[in-house]
Amino acid sequence: MNFDFSDDQKLLKEQVRKFLTDKCPTKVVRRVLDGPEAYAEEVWTGLVELGVPGVGIPEAYGGLGLSPLELCVVAEEIGRAAAPVPFDTSVVLATEAIKLAGSEAQKKKWLPLLAEGKAIGTLAVSEGAQPPKPRNVATTYGGGFLNGKKVPVADGDAATFAVVLAKNGLVLVDLNQKGVAKKRVETVDPARKHAELTFDGASAELLGAEGDGWTLLERLYDAAAVYFAFAQVGGAEAAMWMARDYALQRQAFGRAIGSYQAIKHKLADCYVKLELARSNAYYGAMMLTDGGADLPLAAAAARIAATDAYDFASKENIQTHGGIGFTWEADTQFHYRRARVMALSIGGPMAWKDKLVTRLEQKNAA
Amino acid sequence: MDFNDTPEEAAFRKEVRAWLDANATRKSDDRQSFRARNDDPNLLEKAREWQAKEAAAGYARMTWPKEFGGRGASPILQVIYQQEKSNYLVPLGFFDIGLGMCIPTMMAYASPEHLARYVKPALHGEEIWCQLFSEPAAGSDVAGIRTRAERDGEGWVINGQKVWTSGAHYSDFGIIITRTDPNVPKHAGLTMFFLSMKTPGVEVRPIKQMSGGANFNEVFFTDVRIPDSQRLGKVGEGWKAALTTLMNERLAVGLPSGGLDVDELMELARDTDLDDGPAIRNQQVRGKIADWYVQQQGLKLTRYRTLTALSKGQTPGPESSIIKIVAAPKMQDMGAFAMELMGPAGIMKEDVPQAAGFQAQWIGGAGFRIAGGTDEILRNIVAERVLGLPADVRVDKDVPFNQLGKK
Repeated sequence: MNFDFSDDQKLLKEQVRKFLTDKCPTKVVRRVLDGPEAYAEEVWTGLVELGVPGVGIPEAYGGLGLSPLELCVVAEEIGRAAAPVPFDTSVVLATEAIKLAGSEAQKKKWLPLLAEGKAIGTLAVSEGAQPPKPRNVATTYGGGFLNGKKVPVADGDAATFAVVLAKNGLVLVDLNQKGVAKKRVETVDPARKHAELTFDGASAELLGAEGDGWTLLERLYDAAAVYFAFAQVGGAEAAMWMARDYALQRQAFGRAIGSYQAIKHKLADCYVKLELARSNAYYGAMMLTDGGADLPLAAAAARIAATDAYDFASKENIQTHGGIGFTWEADTQFHYRRARVMALSIGGPMAWKDKLVTRLEQKNAA
Repeated sequence: MDFNDTPEEAAFRKEVRAWLDANATRKSDDRQSFRARNDDPNLLEKAREWQAKEAAAGYARMTWPKEFGGRGASPILQVIYQQEKSNYLVPLGFFDIGLGMCIPTMMAYASPEHLARYVKPALHGEEIWCQLFSEPAAGSDVAGIRTRAERDGEGWVINGQKVWTSGAHYSDFGIIITRTDPNVPKHAGLTMFFLSMKTPGVEVRPIKQMSGGANFNEVFFTDVRIPDSQRLGKVGEGWKAALTTLMNERLAVGLPSGGLDVDELMELARDTDLDDGPAIRNQQVRGKIADWYVQQQGLKLTRYRTLTALSKGQTPGPESSIIKIVAAPKMQDMGAFAMELMGPAGIMKEDVPQAAGFQAQWIGGAGFRIAGGTDEILRNIVAERVLGLPADVRVDKDVPFNQLGKK
């Protein structure tokens, strides 16, 4: 039985954690939240120097060629810091999309740029008020040109290229061109900037086969669900300890509020959900690494458990803090906002629960 | 990451399978036979025979030192043995409390002569032990017990009542926590002993549970005389001894509960007709199935994390403390939900064969949430030991036991 990360992987995790503790304390998250910056550039540059964007990219394409397990431990630390950097978009979604569906030429072009941090990628799926479904995608691709509108797109204004879901497939598009208009949109988490991207005859190329868009997206989401789960676990743990530290320090009715069972039980529940999420996330990581047949089910379970753990810890963190936790000055809001953004970005819990049961039915029928 | 054995573990697993194949019957999937087995009037005798076989082969308590019939082995090997054994039809449950909690407490406190006398018969299934801790007025707050032990010359006289004593009705011996000094604060006035359940003045009465079963007992003590040599630990240090017992309870690695799982619920949902078609197509039903699957899978994988630490010879983290907090309410809620799916007939004890298993979960879950640490106490433990939150303010800590509640 070897259901744990290796010592080397734990070392990498420590290294990233130390870097983020130094360079990405909550005041950096606040700076991005309060200001116009697209992301915390100095934090991102430091992560690039550490090699983070290239962790999962094969050496042949200029990356470090490490396994998904290494990227999982990095994701956990990014989540713990609620780091305002294009990790989930560029390092996870865009990089994994190209690894999954890219032609040799596309891999050769984009992966080295991603590994060096010279390109920032994102994934553009949503087109507004309706949750994305195969039947409501209006963006079209044809003859090398892309037309349509995507919103909200995480890191949409910082990204240099995007993987776009069009009606007839996944499409790669360079965002620094005339046919692309970027407009920042406000969201509930200003520490992670989002944009509206309008494509008006933008030159683009297919990523993967024509007509495979939705299938590829589902496979991409399975991998992303695992990495997101680690980031959510990291965030949930940070929120839990933030609440615990406050509960030790805050006095009410003559004693620390952390000595009241109403608070203790709430925080114990945070821990229970966190460990359920961590265990499910580990299995997702294991399946991702071995190309395991159980990945679709493991990814869905990891996604559901981690979303629940992060939502719960981030909201009960505010509740434990009481009034001060609801102020703009408090750090509690960072995780609350991030938890919601992460919960919705690759499909919410309701959709993943439905997927999980479908996959269970398929597994049982097999 | 993998779920594989180390070469040493794999070799041991092979050895164990060979031994089990030679000595036991593989389980069938027939649930009816499971029930029939549990109703077997000769179950205890069969359990004793099996225990003797297991002990003779050195599998019964592998982590114990060799001098006590163990192998001084790593806990992971014991877990592997348990995993393999769970695939065979063997009588379970009669010796767990004695060997898991009572005898380890004896090992910590009893004299070499007593250990020479008691350990071997317990290990080989000749004598069964029970743990006399809970009382009508002391459940979660075990240190609040009132059963008295008073000096009487060279010995002690015990008077009082214990409750929820598993297996007292077939036990030969027990370890008992008593109050020897009510004039000091409650934790300071306790002393632990062991005694024969055949000692004059000991009376065992079974408790019929809400589920209909009767696995537990009330035990009454009326002028029960025992020698001082049966004291475990110093006078007034019974709480420390009790913690030794309870620590051993926590060291036991939980095995899969054997309760119904999500597969059975899905089967029911496929066969159940709701207004809008089969229940399995209903989004509310699917949401619940997904939630319970995530919990079930999360618990199994959390155990694997603990086993990984054991396999590497490390001390496991606190993650296994979540298991009962999740498993018990899940059992109760899933049982209730499955009954709801069946409609009004979900309450019937006859004519609806698929109902029985879920009803048992629903009823049993109510007890499981209390036994061996309530949901609430387990949350306190997580909050205090894992998260480092302070213990509740205590009004009983510095007050003599006999003055409690008198203000």
